[in-house]
Amino acid sequence: MFEYLPQAIWSPYVAGAGIGVLICFAFLLSDRPLGCSTAFVKARGLIGKAINPARIEKNEYYREIIPQIDWAFMIIPGVIIGAFISSVMSGQFHIFWVPSLWGDTFGYNPLTRIIVALAGGILLGLGARWAGGCTSGHGISGSIQLSVASIITACCFFIGGIATAFLIFRVIAA
Amino acid sequence: MLNRIHKNNNVQVLLGLCFGIVFGFLLQKGGVTDYNVIIGQLLLTDFTVMKVMLSAVIVGLIGFHLLKHVGYVQSHAARGSFGSNVIGGLIFGVGFALLGYCPGTVAGAVGTGALDALLGGMVGLVIGAGFFAEAYPLLRNGILSWGKLPVVTVPEFLNLNLWIVIILMEAFMMGFLVLLEYFGV
Repeated sequence: MFEYLPQAIWSPYVAGAGIGVLICFAFLLSDRPLGCSTAFVKARGLIGKAINPARIEKNEYYREIIPQIDWAFMIIPGVIIGAFISSVMSGQFHIFWVPSLWGDTFGYNPLTRIIVALAGGILLGLGARWAGGCTSGHGISGSIQLSVASIITACCFFIGGIATAFLIFRVIAA
Repeated sequence: MLNRIHKNNNVQVLLGLCFGIVFGFLLQKGGVTDYNVIIGQLLLTDFTVMKVMLSAVIVGLIGFHLLKHVGYVQSHAARGSFGSNVIGGLIFGVGFALLGYCPGTVAGAVGTGALDALLGGMVGLVIGAGFFAEAYPLLRNGILSWGKLPVVTVPEFLNLNLWIVIILMEAFMMGFLVLLEYFGV
């Protein structure tokens, strides 16, 4: 078993099956679908509370998704730590600004990449909360519960994503 | 026993961290914290993301429903709407391709040293989630409730027995993965 831990990459089927088991444990021990986008609302609410608490308290959305350090919030620091452990163990950890596929196509200027990533992040955060979940919350946890809304949402993630990726890399880059 | 664990906030904070750590570990091992792999999926040249997601659903679908059958877990599936799920999903998709990560894998990428994921992606996600919170009072009774879906779950939609739906979906997903291997993508 231990010889697998430092390997750079596992079969996607093994990693995926592990995620399936993990999500079953999340339902069992925490009575929740494992999702990642709620944490970003909570983080935004916590930052807002530090600056102007009255404004956050008045907002309806923060009354539903309470800005506090809880289960849903802790997922994100956990994911950062888990991926860090995995990449350090396999010797893949390295600090970089621009991923190679972007750099080889549009150049390795960090500023250009950060601006596009920031725009993408804003739409991702807006869209995830608009749809009520992300690739893990809807795409995996929701599909596991056979939720029609989640399956429709996951299809829309990929329809929007594929169309935009083709526009960026096959139309604009060409 | 399970109920007491669910209600213990300190235990849940710790569990959230632990679930996150294992999730991040598996995402990195599966290769999906890599920008190139995610964009490869969206350009339909690399199907790693599909393989990870479908394997997770294949295992989780049967696991969850067996646990539900014996009463250890409950469903959280909610009725969605076109205004929320389709429009939100498409906005997400545009962001997904621009950023090259999703909300979970962006955190995983930060753990592997990606600064574009940290300073672009995570900062953007916090800002975007904040925009939604500001707009929520206007959206809630408007576009978000437009076109309510008539059913919650797939068995209700198809009007079929739960276990028949599970068997059909498992067969369909496994068949899809076999086809991916057959075509070598």
